Amino acid sequence: MLGLVCAPIFLFLMLPLVIVFPLSLSSAPYLQFPPPGFSLRWYENYFGDPVWIDATIRSLMIAATTTLGSLLVGMPLAFSLVRGRYRGRALLDRLAIAPMIVPAIIISVAVYGIFAKLRMIGAWYGIALAHTILALPFVVIVLGAGLRGLDESLEQAALGLGASRWQAVRRVTLPEIRPSIVTAAVLAFITSFDELVVAMFLAGSQMTLPKKMFDNIRMEIDPTIAAVSVLQILVITAGLLIAQRFGRGATALDVD
Amino acid sequence: MANGRLSIAAERRRQRLLAALGIPALVLLAMLFAYPVLRLMALSVEGGSLEWYAKALSESLYVEVYWITIRIAIIVTLTALLLSYPIAYLLATTTPLGAALGFALVILPLWTSILVRTYAWMVLLGRNGVINKSLLAFGMIEEPLALLYNELGVIVGMVHVLMPYMVLPIYAAMRRVDPDLIQAAEGLGARGPRIFLRIFLPLSAQGIFAGSILVFVLSLGFFITPALLGGGRVIMIAVLIEQQVRDVLNWSFASALSTVLLIATIAIYGLAQRATAERARVAQ
Repeated sequence: MLGLVCAPIFLFLMLPLVIVFPLSLSSAPYLQFPPPGFSLRWYENYFGDPVWIDATIRSLMIAATTTLGSLLVGMPLAFSLVRGRYRGRALLDRLAIAPMIVPAIIISVAVYGIFAKLRMIGAWYGIALAHTILALPFVVIVLGAGLRGLDESLEQAALGLGASRWQAVRRVTLPEIRPSIVTAAVLAFITSFDELVVAMFLAGSQMTLPKKMFDNIRMEIDPTIAAVSVLQILVITAGLLIAQRFGRGATALDVD
Repeated sequence: MANGRLSIAAERRRQRLLAALGIPALVLLAMLFAYPVLRLMALSVEGGSLEWYAKALSESLYVEVYWITIRIAIIVTLTALLLSYPIAYLLATTTPLGAALGFALVILPLWTSILVRTYAWMVLLGRNGVINKSLLAFGMIEEPLALLYNELGVIVGMVHVLMPYMVLPIYAAMRRVDPDLIQAAEGLGARGPRIFLRIFLPLSAQGIFAGSILVFVLSLGFFITPALLGGGRVIMIAVLIEQQVRDVLNWSFASALSTVLLIATIAIYGLAQRATAERARVAQ
């Protein structure tokens, strides 16, 4: 009975993901379902079009920078928030989580206003900076959970045996929370790689992959976008498998 | 550690170091988040007048936008709840293998690009889309149904995007239900439906509440799905803000609208948090 109720709901969840696979392999020049024949032309379209490739490379670059940046800033922040007892800690905690709560459109417009003044519209590192803010809450939540679940006595022992604080953190704590670091990195990467609204405002005439996809969906729908979708699903799935294999606490958002 | 006074001094040093570790993030958040958002909000009252708020809150054209936004958010929340509850129940009560599989089906869409999913819905819902073609082929309809570029299309797309945010908190709440309680009820002679209504439903209410708040608030600020599946005909507040900034270049008005959206968002989260804290206090 329960299975009977749930089956169509699961179908609803999976249908949009499944449908792009046959669509991307269709030989028809316009959307047609079921596809009349098999062809790889939409994949050729994608790989042969410098605009698509350019946008993809830019998005990868932005996502890699975002991942690095949010870890570099977020890791010390997670330590600070989990172990600190100083005044203002609770406020900093809220500030770090806030970008997850404030609607993306507001952050986008706000940062757009600043970057326009600084003539940073169109700069890829500008987008990476803004994405770092968006990724920070995920990094702090995941690393914070990892640190809280850690037995601090190991680190104390290292200190007692004469290690410096930095040595103790680098040789004992960081290896302990490596699964959380992997998960945080994957989340940060996906957050940026998939982000459209901020990029729409900050990218100017430069394309990122989501922006190019958005424009294409709006202007001329052809199955190239289905091929891109399939590639994107594969990339994200690979990322999730990495997180599953080497990460912890994983792929489900901490929505509480 | 032998000397108490020394360890107090050491602890103080440690706390200073820990506070310092937060500084890079604080600087980044202040420069790229707090300052820009506050500056944006300040634009709405530039010149010391509230005219943009008067415009935002009185002109019927814009009041209509809030109404559409709230209406869609409510429908999306209720639909997502209706679809998510059985899924969460299944995940919480089935075998570990079944739960793992079901979880994959819920999480996979969550991590698929919103653009991919929105595009797929356009393929499915369009006038010549998969659904219309199938219904026509089976003779169930004479004319293609209008499923896309209207509120219905936006709602379908948004429910799909937001459902995982509903499933996960409900599932978490259900998992917290003590199996002994169920056994006790069974032992006392209660049957399936009664156990569900009297025990499971009340105990999962917290998850329903958390999921509904989350989905509702996320719906209010939604942009991509209404922009694409609404086809310019369904103007939600985020779409209106984008238009004001990019097409009309009316920053003051966009700022007033953003402030309204931000205050609504924070107020709902704040009230929800207070309600949860209150209930926790009562429960104790």
